Amino acid sequence: MKNTRRVYLYPRFERFWHWTQAFLILFLALTGFEIHGSYGIFGFENAVHLHNNAALILIVLIIFTIFWHLTTGEWRQYMPTTKNLKAQLEYYLTGIFRNAPHPTRKTSLSKLNPMQRLVYLGLKILFIPIMVFSGLVYMFYRYPINGEIKSLGINDLTPIAYIHTLGAYILLAFVLVHVYLITTGHTLSSNLMAMITGWEDLEEEEADMLTGEQPEQNKKDKKP
Amino acid sequence: MKNIATFFLSVILPLLIITVVLRDASRENKKLEELRAEFSIKHIPSVDHSKHPDLQRDFDNPHEITATCISCHTERADEVLANAHWNWEREAYIEGRGVTYLGKKNLINNFCTGILSNEATCNRCHIGYGWTDNTFDHANPYNVDCLICHDNSGLYDKARGGAGYPPPGLDFQTIVQQVGLPQKDNCGYCHFYGGGGNNVKHGDLENALLTASRDVDVHMSADGANLNCQDCHQTTNHQMLGRYYGVSSDNTQRATCEDCHGTFPHIDHKLNEHTIKVGCQTCHIPVYAKVNPTKMHWDWSTATDRIDGEPYEIIDTLGNLLYTSIKGDFHWVQNAVPDYIWFNGTADHHLISDILEPNDTILYINTLFGEANDPLSRIYPVKIHTGRQPYDTENRTIIQAKLWDAQPGEGALWIDLDWDEALQAGMDYVGLPFSGSYDFIESKMFLMVNHMVSPADQALQCEDCHSRTGGRLAGIEGVYIPAQTTYAGIDYFGMLMLFLAFTGICIHAIIRYLSWRKN
Repeated sequence: MKNTRRVYLYPRFERFWHWTQAFLILFLALTGFEIHGSYGIFGFENAVHLHNNAALILIVLIIFTIFWHLTTGEWRQYMPTTKNLKAQLEYYLTGIFRNAPHPTRKTSLSKLNPMQRLVYLGLKILFIPIMVFSGLVYMFYRYPINGEIKSLGINDLTPIAYIHTLGAYILLAFVLVHVYLITTGHTLSSNLMAMITGWEDLEEEEADMLTGEQPEQNKKDKKP
Repeated sequence: MKNIATFFLSVILPLLIITVVLRDASRENKKLEELRAEFSIKHIPSVDHSKHPDLQRDFDNPHEITATCISCHTERADEVLANAHWNWEREAYIEGRGVTYLGKKNLINNFCTGILSNEATCNRCHIGYGWTDNTFDHANPYNVDCLICHDNSGLYDKARGGAGYPPPGLDFQTIVQQVGLPQKDNCGYCHFYGGGGNNVKHGDLENALLTASRDVDVHMSADGANLNCQDCHQTTNHQMLGRYYGVSSDNTQRATCEDCHGTFPHIDHKLNEHTIKVGCQTCHIPVYAKVNPTKMHWDWSTATDRIDGEPYEIIDTLGNLLYTSIKGDFHWVQNAVPDYIWFNGTADHHLISDILEPNDTILYINTLFGEANDPLSRIYPVKIHTGRQPYDTENRTIIQAKLWDAQPGEGALWIDLDWDEALQAGMDYVGLPFSGSYDFIESKMFLMVNHMVSPADQALQCEDCHSRTGGRLAGIEGVYIPAQTTYAGIDYFGMLMLFLAFTGICIHAIIRYLSWRKN
């Protein structure tokens, strides 16, 4: 067993954002599929109100998070790269069974492996905007204003509902795989604990690579 | 633990608070309060007709009474002469037909079929005296029957088979001294009994409305708003708002819920948004015929049957007439659940001169227009009355039968029980050809359900329509109804994707576990 060192990987806001978003997405799925008619838990009327309110809260959270990403520069974490992408895929498909080392090292400047970068970027710039947009149209294609009901001119909700439902299935599949991949960290629970406490036990050599406090190392990293 | 507490405080608590605040149903609907205040002020008559010198006498014939009314209300007769209640026809534009003049005067219905050749009995419900046949003078103001609408004594009546005349022996002096604005039972004298008996035709208009509780009708019941018919069917110069699409065709002069309640009646905006596509009646009249059953089917083809040469009747244990030799078979339904259709306020009617297409198996007595893509269309509840009516198999037209006469031997079905004679006599009267060969065809008529509005807490709930199976609007096409509408492709694809993801995870986890044990 190599020596490990505790590293502060996820700051307070990031963890707050992550868990709030996780809860909201699961809650939106729970209420959303009731609105879809898949089952009955809250009752249709309650499900609609809960879904719409949770959606608005999520949108507020997303706005704050965009601000956070921009001001902290954390958006760079999601810049896609093909470097090690194949290696990461091979790790999940074969290496993990041979107890091979993770092909990418986790640092506070590069928390995400190339697959995560690609998938999370897709989530951020494609799927969540699609869900938010289709959801807002669904919510406001008819809206009350000045004592009357106005319409966005959309006569048929079918394509909107179609996209929103399909997106919900894709997001659910993502969550399923995401939750499983949490267990593929240093130990079964290390990723989970990191996202809860902010601190992760990284192997010594990885910890050495930590660059947040070591600008020189950072420069070195960037030069091939 | 601190994080979990923060999470609950920052996420779940606000969510709960927002939800509870938005769902607060105790907030008052101010508009409704204003309406209650407005309509609790009842009309006080400005005239006591019992003090009027011209009315301190008895009258020999009803035309004299009308003349006396007109002597003071000098212009009112002219107003009545322009009313559809008087003319039994209206000018209307119908797509594909142009300008038409249709009404009870010349249209076929799905009950007693039509007035032509039967005027003396049908026109008991005409607001006039003496419409016995098509020679009736619609221009003569002295033919107007003022009393059928304005009698407040409850003593006035019209004779069976009397073409609108009262029966002999009425105490006119008492009656004329108690005239006033029409009350519910004035309108109900005809409108409750359409089709030949109480609640037969409409299903939502019947004499129980005079005594019913608020559960039956929030507007008309004494313990509800206790409204008169004219409070909604607002009347100016004897022209009433309101359309009955068994005879009407165009989207004008309608009496609507929005006239009083506006287009923004709910506290919950999600419900208000429904008003764009869903008529108020759809949710607020969950069932009709709440007190007495209404007739849903009338099969004329079984009429004229006899037992031992005698006509007979079959009555069920509840007192409903199931069969009578003069009319055929009936089906009755109480607490009927409406059907639902798109409707934009315009309608067409099957005219007696219309030719059935060779492959027509159903004769639509009327057609209510509307579809999902039409911005004027909304979903409304209807009573669909089905029947079987005689039609000419060679000319392929519907046939007007002669049903009634004062005496036997004139071809009246209800007296002579002979279809051939009745059909011939009816078509002779109308002046249209009859080949002599006939059969019965399935017929359908659509009647809007507008009355018997339930208290708000008995309105349909979300799940009544927003439900995967058995929703009220299961037959409505062209609109996405959340929870009801599904696209099998999406759900199969989605479930398959989730299944594959889950299976992949399981296989991956098993291999990881096995290789971990090996190492």
